[in-house]
Amino acid sequence: MDLAQAVLAGDRLALARTLSYVENGTEQGRSILSDLFAYTGNAHLVGVTGASGTGKSSLVNQLARYYRQPARQNGQMEGEVPLRVAVVAVDPTSPFTGGAILGDRIRMRDLAGDPGVFIRSMATRGSLGGIASATAAVVQVLDAARYDMILIETVGAGQSEVEIAHLAHTTVVVEAPGLGDDIQAIKAGILEIADILVVNKADLPGVENTERALRGSLDLAHPQPHHFQHHGHLEMAAGQADKAEAFEAIWVPPIIRTVAIEGTGIPELVKAISDHQMHLHATGGWVLRERWRLQTELDMLLENRLVEGFRSRLPVGVYEQMLEDMLGRRLSPFQAVEKLVDMVD
Amino acid sequence: MNERKIRVLIAKPGLDGHDRGAKVVARALRDAGMEIIYTGLRQTPEMIAEAALQEDVDAVGLSILSGAHMALVPRVLELLKANGQENVKVFLGGIVPDEDVPVLLKLGVIGIYGPGTLSATYVTEIRKAVMEVHA
Repeated sequence: MDLAQAVLAGDRLALARTLSYVENGTEQGRSILSDLFAYTGNAHLVGVTGASGTGKSSLVNQLARYYRQPARQNGQMEGEVPLRVAVVAVDPTSPFTGGAILGDRIRMRDLAGDPGVFIRSMATRGSLGGIASATAAVVQVLDAARYDMILIETVGAGQSEVEIAHLAHTTVVVEAPGLGDDIQAIKAGILEIADILVVNKADLPGVENTERALRGSLDLAHPQPHHFQHHGHLEMAAGQADKAEAFEAIWVPPIIRTVAIEGTGIPELVKAISDHQMHLHATGGWVLRERWRLQTELDMLLENRLVEGFRSRLPVGVYEQMLEDMLGRRLSPFQAVEKLVDMVD
Repeated sequence: MNERKIRVLIAKPGLDGHDRGAKVVARALRDAGMEIIYTGLRQTPEMIAEAALQEDVDAVGLSILSGAHMALVPRVLELLKANGQENVKVFLGGIVPDEDVPVLLKLGVIGIYGPGTLSATYVTEIRKAVMEVHA
């Protein structure tokens, strides 16, 4: 049985091995991904992001636990099959040594021993957007392996690590009391991508101030369509502009207080996530986000492929020579690009 | 970014709560360019084997100061094998009496790095053992 078949059949070792191939960008990984792609598109992808120490891992742990025991925790869901949950937890790679300490599992020990949960840690390996460049592909494999709910935890994100919004259907931004004043709440970036805002550690003093600042910022925002900006360009999924306005205008991000280590507020958060999912389905937003995501991926792959092909056609040593000329201030970066492109055309 | 990264699980099985050594080793391996998955304290052999499987690691480092190594280590090796991960290299840190060392090495442990071991020693040995598998 080949690896793709084994992944579809639920073989966990095959799944783990496949994730490595995909993460390492190997030929084998690409081929398995192509075999599996037809089986993707069923999972609900939930991104969890926020600053270091706000409690993202603990929150993911509680969410996964909740999804695994719906019948026990809410009487009305008696008899329902628990969702299969995958967690992808991203931590940063050292820019100097290329090594990484991936420590998100420490907070997820409650999930050990449950065959319906699969946790995978990833290092960013040089990506700056809060997730790794292979995270989207890793998520696709887990989707094909029939995990219903995929929780993607970003690195401790500051203000501009917003890549997760391109990948997830639902983005949860986690804040905690005492991290900044109300100016932080009106800055651009991470708060804007939130579909759901969580104020974790809600048992700490200052929770009212944090919530008030966030609410004030939301009130000012006058819900309007999100057009993703990518490298400063307005990025609109091709031919979908009108639909986007229709769906994004209605959803107002709820603010939910939680105390992750005690499980307080988790049922409310689960409900908000499922409300958002229903909202996306009802308004066509689900398909639109899929389209955004696939377009981002297509652009990235196309770019990489073209650059690779271009470089391979450059005469040996020319690229290095251009770099030397720039270093000596004989050529500007723009002139260097013109020269390189002319040379291959 | 197509280079193959060495992935190592660092775990503390059993009940002792001293993880300074485990953290020092994790940091040294990180500085050697490896990806370290750190599981935290009080892991059962089952939890460790499960994490090793999900993370598809090349090596597992166990830090034990409780004296329970002769019970915990064989169990971890057994579970790794049962999961089809017999190629995963296992090394130890912590306190292991001299008379137990040959027994553990015979079971398949690649190295036992007690207090005072130079980080260059275990970095080199772990890298070498992992590379042999993938050669």
